[in-house]
Amino acid sequence: MSTEDIRQVILEILERIAPDEDLTDLKDDVPFRDQMELDSMDFLDIVMELRKMYRVQIPEEDYENLVTMDKTVSYLLPILKDVNSPA
Amino acid sequence: MRYDTIIIGAGLSGLAAGIRLAYFDKSVCILERHTTIGGLNSFYRLRGRNHDVGLHAVTNYAKPGTKKGPLSKLLRQLRLRWDDFALCPQIGSSIAFPGHTLNFTNEFEYFQQQVSEVFPEQKDNFAKLVKAIEQHDALDLEREKVSGRKVVSSYISDPLLVEMLFCPLMFYGSATAHDMDFSQFVIMFNSIFREGFGRPYQGIRLLLKKLVKQFRSFGGELKLRSGVQSIREKDGKAIGVVLDDGTVLEADNVLSSAGSIETFNLCQQKNELVKKYQPGEITYVETIFSLDCLPSELDHHKTIVFYNDQPDFRYENPVLPADVKSGIICSPNNFDYDEPLEEGRIRITALANTDYWMNLSEEKYLEEKKNWCEKIIDSAVRYIPDFRDHILDTDMFTPRTIKKFTGHLNGCVYGAPDKFVNGKTHLKNLYLCGTDQGFLGIIGSMLSGISISNAYLMD
Ligand SMILES: Cc1cc2nc3c(=O)[nH]c(=O)nc-3n(C[C@H](O)[C@H](O)[C@H](O)COP(=O)(O)OP(=O)(O)OC[C@H]3O[C@@H](n4cnc5c(N)ncnc54)[C@H](O)[C@@H]3O)c2cc1C
Repeated sequence: MSTEDIRQVILEILERIAPDEDLTDLKDDVPFRDQMELDSMDFLDIVMELRKMYRVQIPEEDYENLVTMDKTVSYLLPILKDVNSPA
Repeated sequence: MRYDTIIIGAGLSGLAAGIRLAYFDKSVCILERHTTIGGLNSFYRLRGRNHDVGLHAVTNYAKPGTKKGPLSKLLRQLRLRWDDFALCPQIGSSIAFPGHTLNFTNEFEYFQQQVSEVFPEQKDNFAKLVKAIEQHDALDLEREKVSGRKVVSSYISDPLLVEMLFCPLMFYGSATAHDMDFSQFVIMFNSIFREGFGRPYQGIRLLLKKLVKQFRSFGGELKLRSGVQSIREKDGKAIGVVLDDGTVLEADNVLSSAGSIETFNLCQQKNELVKKYQPGEITYVETIFSLDCLPSELDHHKTIVFYNDQPDFRYENPVLPADVKSGIICSPNNFDYDEPLEEGRIRITALANTDYWMNLSEEKYLEEKKNWCEKIIDSAVRYIPDFRDHILDTDMFTPRTIKKFTGHLNGCVYGAPDKFVNGKTHLKNLYLCGTDQGFLGIIGSMLSGISISNAYLMD
């Protein structure tokens, strides 16, 4: 998957977790926590959504890489590189 | 059929747990003994009218767009939208004690102002208490229990204000008589005074319908009329259940919302276990009146009135069949809906003596219901306009009703005094959620189901 594919996947995950949130103006370099008030339960859900979709395991010590969209995408890029982009 | 998890009970905690597990692709089956869902917060139809069982108000109200707090957390965890619960805010409630009334709405500043007007000399003390509440991490599950009354009295020096603060919080969320743990006080303080009350126009049906729809859409299975007769065990592990009709179902995990002792009663070692724990003793009778007009037409605008006609508030299993010194008067009409509800309703709830109601003969039971219903109205009309000439229909339920439909021992609404906060039991793979895990009320019990599922059942 490309950077753009991964960004799209994360956006869709965020939309499912917080369907009331308007994500059109989401800034890629600002922490999700500050923009959407995501808490630890929500971060765990992002991890579980990824596991559900792509069978990837993200160890707890790596959660800090999921702070912003930019960081999440660059963290996931090598992990998801062999996964086909979503149809 | 073998499931990843079997959930006992389709109340709010069981349904919320089921949604989490089904969403993350676990095979999950919810088993419910009753013919319908909802448990302590269910609904029924009687003489052509729809009634809610438990719902006075959903606590922890949050406006649309709120990103923080228990309601938002819950909606995210269940992948629901704010509109799914569509909570309309309360109009305003009050705590009425002899000579003193405190009003509150969903705006906490208003309540602070009320306290300083009614108890001017307690203004600073109350501010200190609020600060202590803000700094207290009530969800720290390792914390030692401390007496809520002791802590609150260390800030507030007027005992009447202490009683008035405890009254609604105990009524809406204490499994223990007289006092509650300070953490539980904080949880209830925030959920009632800080966040406040809401109600969906369609009542609890709407919430339950959304939950079941969500659960089914994620592939969960729900079986009604499927009581669990026993939990199957092997080498100290739960491995499945046997239903009332003898059907055997296998599962890797069993999550029970039936209550702690109620669940132990389904286990092999029930005799030893049941001796170890006390069942709860706090329960209620509730009267429901359908009126020929709206309460507002009688000039009654309060959403909920918590009243107590003595200076001290006695939250206990009363000696008399019902305690009419105090009570809760709820009008489901008095929420800020877009259009008025079809019919006026008043519900009055009073503490009840569980043994008394359980042991009556059927004939005497009906007679006593009538008798106490009258005493309860007589007491309540001291606090709201007299509506007795406007009653079209009356229903009343007692601890006996609650026991019959939900299986909760003693018909207890808030379960046993000792909670199983981490959800673990003597058996590996058997977990507790709901009332006896310790998070109470509509929002609390759903968060309970979610927390326990997240902690143990996702791998
Ligand atoms: C009169 C009343 C008024 C209330 N008012 C409010 C209110 O205004 N606001 C608020 O927030 N909360 C209120 N509550 C509290 C709230 O309803 C409860 O805290 C909440 O519903 C508890 O949910 P639960 O899932 O823990 O338990 P339950 O709803 O009791 O769920 C347990 C389920 O398990 C089923 N079950 C038990 N044993 C078995 C078995 N062996 N096999 C299969 N199924 C079994 C039961 O039938 C039940 O459906 C009220 C409760 C009552 C009774």
